[in-house]
Amino acid sequence: MTAATAAMVPTAAVRTPWSEFWRKFKRQHVAVIAGVFVLLLVALAILAPWIVPYDAENFFDYDSLNATPSWKHWFGVDPLGRDILSRLLMGARISLTAGFVSVAVGAVVGTVLGLVAGYREGWWDRIIMRLCDVLFAFPGILLAIGIVAILGGGMVNVIIAVAIFSIPTFARLVRGNTLSLKHLTYVEAARSVGASDWTIVLRHIFPGTIAAVVVYFSLRIGTSIITAASLSFIGLGAQPPTPEWGAMLNEARSDMMTSPHVAIFPSLAIFFTVLAFNLLGDGLRDALDPKIDRR
Amino acid sequence: MLQYLVKRLLGLIPTLLIVGVLVFMFVHLLPGDPARLAAGPDATPATVALVRQDLGLDKPLPEQFMRFAGGVLRGDFGRSLRTKRPVSTEIADRFMPTLWLTVAAMAWSVTFGMIIGTLSAVWRNRWPDRLGMTLAVSGISFPAFALGMLLMQIFSVQLRWLPTVGADSWRHYILPSLTLGAAVAAIMARFTRSSFVEILQDDYIRTARAKGLSETVVVVKHGLRNALIPVVTMMGLQFGFLLGGSIVVEVVFNWPGMGRLLIDAVDMRDYPVIQGLVLLFSLEFILINLIVDLLYAVINPTIRYR
Repeated sequence: MTAATAAMVPTAAVRTPWSEFWRKFKRQHVAVIAGVFVLLLVALAILAPWIVPYDAENFFDYDSLNATPSWKHWFGVDPLGRDILSRLLMGARISLTAGFVSVAVGAVVGTVLGLVAGYREGWWDRIIMRLCDVLFAFPGILLAIGIVAILGGGMVNVIIAVAIFSIPTFARLVRGNTLSLKHLTYVEAARSVGASDWTIVLRHIFPGTIAAVVVYFSLRIGTSIITAASLSFIGLGAQPPTPEWGAMLNEARSDMMTSPHVAIFPSLAIFFTVLAFNLLGDGLRDALDPKIDRR
Repeated sequence: MLQYLVKRLLGLIPTLLIVGVLVFMFVHLLPGDPARLAAGPDATPATVALVRQDLGLDKPLPEQFMRFAGGVLRGDFGRSLRTKRPVSTEIADRFMPTLWLTVAAMAWSVTFGMIIGTLSAVWRNRWPDRLGMTLAVSGISFPAFALGMLLMQIFSVQLRWLPTVGADSWRHYILPSLTLGAAVAAIMARFTRSSFVEILQDDYIRTARAKGLSETVVVVKHGLRNALIPVVTMMGLQFGFLLGGSIVVEVVFNWPGMGRLLIDAVDMRDYPVIQGLVLLFSLEFILINLIVDLLYAVINPTIRYR
C-alpha cells in the first residue's frame, strides 16, 4: 500500500452509508444548528452542578424576591428567592435524562419486539401486535397517568410510564421494516448459505431498521420531554422543590399575575429543547430517507 | 362494505377484552389492599372485612371480573370513594364540557392545519411554505400547559378580553380550545403538506395541468381528494391525542371536565372513578379509530377488499 495506490482511489467515489448520510445531513443547515444546540444542552446539563451560579434548591436570595432578570440573576428570581437560571440548568439534567432514558428503553424493547414479530410472524406476531394495539388503545398521557397511579408519583415512575408508551410505536415501525426486508434477495441469499436465524436478524435485518429507529428516536425525545413535563405539571411527576421544568411551571402558576417571568423561562426552556430535537429529527429523516434527495 | 364493518367489529373484541381485563386488574395492581382503600384510612378491621364482602373482593378473581364486566355492560362502575355517588353520574356531569372542548379544538385545528398544509405544498420551498412549516414545528414543540398559561396571561389577565377559568359561555371555550388544538393543527399541517407534495408530482396531476386546467382547479379538485386519504387517518389518531391532551389543558383552565376529574381521582386514590374514566377514554379512542377506518374505506374502495 503506497501513496500512489491511495491516490488512485478518488475520494468522492467512496460512498459508504455513513458518508452518504453525512453528505445529505450537512446540507440541512437548520438540522445541523439544532444538533449543535442539543450537544450544547447536553454539555450544560452534564456540567450543571459545577457551573450553576447558585444552589438550585437551597439558596434563597431574600433581598430580591420575584426580581426580574439582572446581571446578578440572569433569568431573575422566583417568589421564594431562588435563582431561576440555576434551577433551569439543574432541571435540564432531569428533563434530558427523562426524555433520553424513557425513549431509549422504549426503543430497545420495541425494536426487539418488532424484530421478533416481523421475523417469526404467526403467533408471535399476533400476540405482540395485539399487545401494541392494547397499548395504543389508551391515549398516550392517559396510559402514563394510569401507570403513575399504580406505581405512585415521582420522576422514576414517570420515566417508566413514558418508556412503556413508547414501546408500541417502535415495535410497529421495526416490524414493518422487518417484514419488507426479510423477503429481499440478500436476506434470502444469507438464508440459502445456511445462516442461522440469529445471524440473519442481527447482521442482515436489524441494520436495515436502524435508520427509521434513529429518526423516530429524535422525534420521540421531544414528545417524551413534553409528556414528562406535563405529568410533573399536573403534580404526578417530580415534586417541588425539584427544579424539573414542568414542576417549576406548576409552582409559577399561582404567581402568574405578579411575576410572569418565573413561568416564561421554564416555558422557553422546554420549547427550545423540544424544538431542537424535532428539527434534528426532521433533518435526520430527510437525510436518511432514500426517497428524498436525488435531485 | 357491510362485510368489512362486521370484520372490523369482530376484530375489536379481543382488544376490548384485554383493555377490560387491564382496567379491572388496575385495582389489584394498586399498592395496598383495595378494601382498606375503599373503607378509608381509619376503618376497623371489621369494617374492612365488611367492605371487602360488599365489593365482592373476597371472591375468586375470575368471578370478580365477571361481576365487574357485567356492571360495566349495564353502565355501573361502582361508587366514587370520595363523594359516594355512582361513578356513572360523576362522569356524566363532566362528559359534555370535555366533549365540546375536544370537538371545538378538533374543528379549528383540522381546518387551519389543512389550509396551512395545502398552501405550503402549493408554494413548496417558498416563503408561505417556510412560514407555515416554522409555525408548525413550533406548534408541536410548545407544551400545551405552557401555551395555555401564556394565552391566559395575555388575553385574560393583561388585555381582559376573555375569561380565565370555567366553562360557562362560548367565550370560555376560546382559549382552552386554542391551546388544545395548537399541536394538532401543527401536526395536520405537516402531514397535509407531505401528503400533498407527493400527490402533486403524480402523473394524473400533470395530465390535468396539460389539459389547461387552472392551477386552483388542479389543486382543489384533483389533488385535495387524494391528499385527504392519509389525512383522514391522521385525524383519527389526533382525536385520541386530543382526549389525552384535554387532561392537561383542563388542569390549566380549571375546566369542569373528565380530565380534571381524573387528576382529582388520582390525587385522592378514588380508584372506581379512575377505572371508569380510563375505560371510557380508551373506549372513545377505539371507537374513533373504528370510525376513521370506516371513513377511510368509504374514501378509498381498495381497502375494503384486502
